[in-house]
Amino acid sequence: MSLKIVVLAKQVPDTRNVGKDAMKADGTVNRAALPAIYNPEDLNALEQALRLKEIHPGSTVHVLTMGPSRAAEVIRESMFRGADGGYLLSGREFAGSDTLATSYALSCALRKLGKIDVIICGRQAIDGDTAQVGPQVAEKLGIPQITYAEEILAVENDTITVKRRLERGVEVVKGRLPMLVTVNGSAAACRPRHAKLTLKYKLAKTQSEVQEAGNDYTEVFNNRPYLKIDEWSVNDIEHDPKWLGMSGSPTKVKQIENVVFTAKESKRLEPTDAEIDGLMKELIANHTIG
Amino acid sequence: MSFCLKKNLLDMNLYKENPALKFQLGHPLMEKIVALKEQNFADKDKYDYAPQDFEDAIDSYDRILEIVGEICGDIIAPNAESVDHEGPQVINNRVKYARGTQENHDALAKAGLYGMALPRQYGGLNFSMVPYVMAAELVSRADAGFANIWGLQDCAETIAEFASEDIKAEFLPRVCAGETCSMDLTEPDAGSDLQAVQLKATFNEEDQTWYLNGVKRFITNGDAQIKLVLARSEEGTNDGRGLSYFVCDNKHDDRIKVRRIENKLGIKGSPTCELVFTNAPAKLVGTRRMGLIKYVMSLMNGARLGVGAQSVGLSAAAYEEALAYARDRRQFGKAIIEFPAVFEMVSMIKAKLDASRAILYECTRFVDVYKAYEAIEATRKLTPEEKADYKEYQRLADAFTPMLKMFSSEFANQNAYDCIQVHGGSGFMKDYACERLYRDARILTIYEGTSQLQTVAAIRHVTTGGYLKQIRAYENMEINPIFNPIRARLVAMTEKYEAIVNAVVETKNQEYLDFVARRLVEMAGHIIMTYLLIIDATRDEQFRTSAEVYINYAEAEVEKHYSFIKAFNIDDIELYKA
Repeated sequence: MSLKIVVLAKQVPDTRNVGKDAMKADGTVNRAALPAIYNPEDLNALEQALRLKEIHPGSTVHVLTMGPSRAAEVIRESMFRGADGGYLLSGREFAGSDTLATSYALSCALRKLGKIDVIICGRQAIDGDTAQVGPQVAEKLGIPQITYAEEILAVENDTITVKRRLERGVEVVKGRLPMLVTVNGSAAACRPRHAKLTLKYKLAKTQSEVQEAGNDYTEVFNNRPYLKIDEWSVNDIEHDPKWLGMSGSPTKVKQIENVVFTAKESKRLEPTDAEIDGLMKELIANHTIG
Repeated sequence: MSFCLKKNLLDMNLYKENPALKFQLGHPLMEKIVALKEQNFADKDKYDYAPQDFEDAIDSYDRILEIVGEICGDIIAPNAESVDHEGPQVINNRVKYARGTQENHDALAKAGLYGMALPRQYGGLNFSMVPYVMAAELVSRADAGFANIWGLQDCAETIAEFASEDIKAEFLPRVCAGETCSMDLTEPDAGSDLQAVQLKATFNEEDQTWYLNGVKRFITNGDAQIKLVLARSEEGTNDGRGLSYFVCDNKHDDRIKVRRIENKLGIKGSPTCELVFTNAPAKLVGTRRMGLIKYVMSLMNGARLGVGAQSVGLSAAAYEEALAYARDRRQFGKAIIEFPAVFEMVSMIKAKLDASRAILYECTRFVDVYKAYEAIEATRKLTPEEKADYKEYQRLADAFTPMLKMFSSEFANQNAYDCIQVHGGSGFMKDYACERLYRDARILTIYEGTSQLQTVAAIRHVTTGGYLKQIRAYENMEINPIFNPIRARLVAMTEKYEAIVNAVVETKNQEYLDFVARRLVEMAGHIIMTYLLIIDATRDEQFRTSAEVYINYAEAEVEKHYSFIKAFNIDDIELYKA
């Protein structure tokens, strides 16, 4: 059976290489100081989607992302790896969205795409680490969800089988399609960009990118329509404005603290088995080791 | 907000972090190379991944090298240590790669990076040699042993050049899909002397098929799916003219067995096999009897370029390891790189790296131009001007390939040796990568023709004035005036070179010429590489220091060889005969 698969992906600041200027004085992330990258767990999600496509010929994988114009890079990166295309949801109406507003906007966009069999997203993004968007999207669409997936084992008839990675082990669960799956970082790493696909899609652009660059792309898009990345504004989705952007975001950042570890307490042990045994137990109990 | 502290905190892209590579894509000759290779960009309407124009082609090279650099940094380099420890095994006459080797190969195959230089009609990217050799350098920088498995796609080049259309259609798409190759030349009694090959090829009239029988030894990646085999097709012959070239589809049955793999000093991830052929069916490549004379020689030239890339990659790794350690390690209250004895070593590693890289890409560009003409000649007659240009670049490629192979591999060894020296006692332990680099480097001056055999191939370009002609051409190139003093020193070195070459040639004593051949080739090489460095430094400041460091070394080396030969009494050769 061929599947219609959509991956939800996000462009994030690379918080893995954080310098002094990572945060602004007002407590928000200084996006200009950090390189923008493909959220790592969304890449794990993309890999699961591409594997499903390989097993089920005729399937399609599209990527949906919300963000500024430059977030189209996430869609191109996906196409270089084997995705069929993508949609960029963009506009200042979406600015300032927290997880609730984001999942609302994404769910509106997903509805526009019609019947989808599997929606796959990363467990969480490294800039917020909330792990809320995936589950909220499923709720808003009224479809079931399987979280913390490590591997999608099979899709047969209308059933999806997923291995979940949990704190103390793994479990294999089944569910009915359509299904939303959130994928852990422990899942298989995403495949590298493919040479030919990279060369084929390297000039893919959204209409805004074309305008920003000031190029005349009419001929390029006419000759090679696959280079046009769909871009949706707020007008392209059915929505209620009050649930979008700032107004749809109840989250407020109260304060950001820079925590510097200063404790230097020391403890003296007698060199006896009993003392060492006691220390080991203490360290295990407070999860310092083990 | 949380920050995950993973080991791969900094994703390394071995291409992006090294501006010396991208520099090569900007060489003025690239425009000619791309134009010859893409033939008015005729493929652009047939293949959605073909370039539209020159800028597009260079951008494509850049992007693909970025993928190679990423895979090298994320997968191949981190696997190098475990591959070295684990090595391949033979199980039931089959080779099983080390886990990391398989992972490396799968990643490159899945990214569509095999067959980069093959024509698009067979699934390749139709890249010119420059980016292909760069990819080889990157892979070697990550793991020189794995570079052999990657580099054996060179075999496909030979198929593309010389085999029939049927053979090309059968095998080339498989190479692009990631099937590996091997070139089965050497035997227990045929190493440097390939004329002694005995493996037998017999033609069966009944099924009109060739069958191979015999033993091959020291075959890199011998269990490959696609094998190019040099075999004796003419019964009763004993020399190179009785040898033909075959392609063999390894079905992994009893007809081609891996008897054992060698336990080696270095490049341990690369399986070196002893093979037994028993009635293995094969197809003739090209013309009978031309196996050694034409096809193997062509394959060898490609392989030598490959070893050049491998050597430069290894030198790059040695430089990075040495520099990092010398900056980090403190003794007597300061970083050891602050001591003259150490900073001289590190800067010499860098200068030799830059010099060997300069000749690597110079040579590659020559190969690129003449190979492109060769491909064009297969489709139409060349104009007299084109023909002359073709011959000129072929001559340059022939002259530069052995020089490149000899210098880059010797430098890689010197650099790996000094890299350990910079590490001191720690470098002798298995804890640092430098000991692996040292072991991996050792084969480079040996396989695909020893340094001594490279001298044999290079010396005629000394005696016929080939190198001198090219040195004069460099002498007349426009350079940044700040390098005029270096050029003046090079002119003086060239005079000495010319004088001593003439003196040796005038003796008409072949044994004497052979005896001093290496010194003469080295003199030419040092002059050529210094010129290349000042030409590169004229385009990009980053090479200036290496140019200035290298001239000091080159001048002293040329002087050393000059005074040795000048003072040498021909009769003293007898002293050296054991």
